[in-house]
Amino acid sequence: MMWRRLLALVHKEFLALLKDPRSRTVLIVPPLMQLLVFGYAASFDLKDVPFAVYDEDGGAAARELVAHFAGAPAFRLVATLRDEQALRPLLDTRRALLVLRLGPRFGADLAAGQGARVQVIIDGRNSNTALLALNYVRGIVQRYNEDWLAARGRAGPPAHLATRAWFNPNLESRWFFVPGIIGMLTLVTAMLVTALSVAREREQGTFDQLLVTPLRPSEILLGKAIPGLLIGLAQASVVLLLATSWFRVPFLGGLGAFYLGLTLFLLSGVGVGLLISAMAATQQQGLLGAFLFMVPAVILSGFATPIANMPEAVQALTWLDPLRYFLVVLRKLFLEGADLALLLPQLWPMALIALGTLTLAAWLFRHRMY
Amino acid sequence: MRLGALVRKEFLQIVRDPSSIAIAFLMPLFLLALFGYGVSLDAERVPLALVAEAPSTDSAEFFAALGGSPSFAPRTMDSMVAAERALLQGEVDGIVRLRADFARASRDANGAPVQVLVNGIDTNTARLVQGYIEGAWSAWLAARAARDGGALAVPVDIAPRIWFNGELRSRNYLVPGLVAIIMTLIGALLTALVMAREWERGTMEALLVTPTSMSEVLLGKLAAYFVLGTGGMLLSVALAVWWFEVPLRGSFWVLWAAASLFLLAALGMGLTISTLARSQFVAGQVAILATFLPAFLLSGFMFDIGSMPPVVQALTHLVVARYFVAIVQTLFLAGDVWAVILPNAAALAAMAALFLGLTWRKSRKRLE
Repeated sequence: MMWRRLLALVHKEFLALLKDPRSRTVLIVPPLMQLLVFGYAASFDLKDVPFAVYDEDGGAAARELVAHFAGAPAFRLVATLRDEQALRPLLDTRRALLVLRLGPRFGADLAAGQGARVQVIIDGRNSNTALLALNYVRGIVQRYNEDWLAARGRAGPPAHLATRAWFNPNLESRWFFVPGIIGMLTLVTAMLVTALSVAREREQGTFDQLLVTPLRPSEILLGKAIPGLLIGLAQASVVLLLATSWFRVPFLGGLGAFYLGLTLFLLSGVGVGLLISAMAATQQQGLLGAFLFMVPAVILSGFATPIANMPEAVQALTWLDPLRYFLVVLRKLFLEGADLALLLPQLWPMALIALGTLTLAAWLFRHRMY
Repeated sequence: MRLGALVRKEFLQIVRDPSSIAIAFLMPLFLLALFGYGVSLDAERVPLALVAEAPSTDSAEFFAALGGSPSFAPRTMDSMVAAERALLQGEVDGIVRLRADFARASRDANGAPVQVLVNGIDTNTARLVQGYIEGAWSAWLAARAARDGGALAVPVDIAPRIWFNGELRSRNYLVPGLVAIIMTLIGALLTALVMAREWERGTMEALLVTPTSMSEVLLGKLAAYFVLGTGGMLLSVALAVWWFEVPLRGSFWVLWAAASLFLLAALGMGLTISTLARSQFVAGQVAILATFLPAFLLSGFMFDIGSMPPVVQALTHLVVARYFVAIVQTLFLAGDVWAVILPNAAALAAMAALFLGLTWRKSRKRLE
């Protein structure tokens, strides 16, 4: 009996979501497009950084250093300056991100064995890009130095660094971000399906009707949660397929662990969404609540900026963020191939958040009346 | 006169359901406080494991160079096994290992290899750690060369000079960007549901039978939410300047003008969503999809647009926040650079005209 009631409710929820063609499109098309677009956009690898050269020396050594830069795929030479006045407008207008300035004594210093200096003037408006570009510059100058020493048969430095990166040998930014995007899109879907659903019924008065049916609050809760869970599962499966086949991010973990993590994450996301929805009197309030949860949840999840860099108090706040745990699960599954035992510390907090929010939402169904 | 009454009606609606006021004022306060503190790309005190297989004065000297930098919190470990376990569990972000023959090999012609291991799962942190270690390494080389009497180890050396943001404080660039992101959310959220709400509740039909024209209805909504949005914008700028102490090098009035244009575009986007969706539910869904993530990922706030593939770069032109991010970052850190401000402001004006025009065309006095 209970199952039939529940099934009918789930059926009705699906109809409410998918009957409107606009709503249907919104649920299906954007996640796939967003993975494609964001997968390409989200990267800390720099390409074609526009740079200019102000070479006061003009000797062979200086020209060779510039050639090292112009030949690198990360850099693109946009201007060669003749005087200092041209430097400021170039950086001000963002036509160049950095200017290499070689002083008039560059070649002479180098030949005299005193060590030459190249000035790198860089636009710090986007400090992250500036730092990354500076690291690229360091790498190229280092290679130039090695070439220079080798060509003259001199002894190299007494020690050199041999760096190796685990799990992502070429440190490809995309391998880090694409799994993160899967988590983000899943969260957005959970919000799309649930955050406005109770609020809409409240606003239209149909929720009161639902409450006077024989359905218990727990059944209403299940009826509202199951569509979100199913749509989220289906969508994440497609997105996972796209991530591995299109973006070629290696997926080393087990599918069982993936779906367990995904289900727990979806339950916690759906729980938060229903909680917001149950608290909201109007859809406007539901939408506000969805954003007030979603935006911090993404920013504080460690998606782009490491949690370890946050102040202690904010770090404590991230313990409440289900996305934080799911991102670790995803990254460990994709790149490390972690097994369930390693993921356990991430799984139980999500289960706890799901339990807490879903229970509270069910309680609010009856206890918050207008 | 009629317009005045419509604006009054909108204001009454705003006051009766305080969620709009919360969107305009609470959201910037909450989000800026959270992000201003929460988002930082500057790694400080990166935990690092140091393993010297045969400790010597040479290895101690090398480690001292790493320990002297505020970027690291180094821990000496006895064995590679322990260090690798710490790296796997995320207790350290990198390992620096000196082999047993480090002291001898460092006097060889080839030099001694210093093995550096980083965990590549978080590529960005891995890169930063790598960069910091390279910095410490070259400092060590320079010190050693100076001590040994000028044996030239580094032919060309880099002297970075960073303009506009001398200490590369990431907050200085993130906070202005955040103002742009938050204003996108505010603008779209305020208006995303308002037209749909009138249709859904049937009050639009009531408005249709009055002598007011559709343009007046739209103008009334725009005026009311524009005032509210401007309040939110002023609050955000005040927080950025006085609370987070981001320098505002450009003129405040230029910022005001650009923000007003941007607000028109953002409100216009919300109105367009609202008009096309006709139901609050769908409008809300579209607002969730179309505002936050595109503004966050495609505006140049977080990721460099120039490094994206051409197709994606073209798509970023559809993101209103992109233009405003460019303007605010320049206005805050560089000053009134008209070559940046004018084209972006023109783009904002075009976007505003597009969205408002679309709304106006699609919401003629007609019943379906």
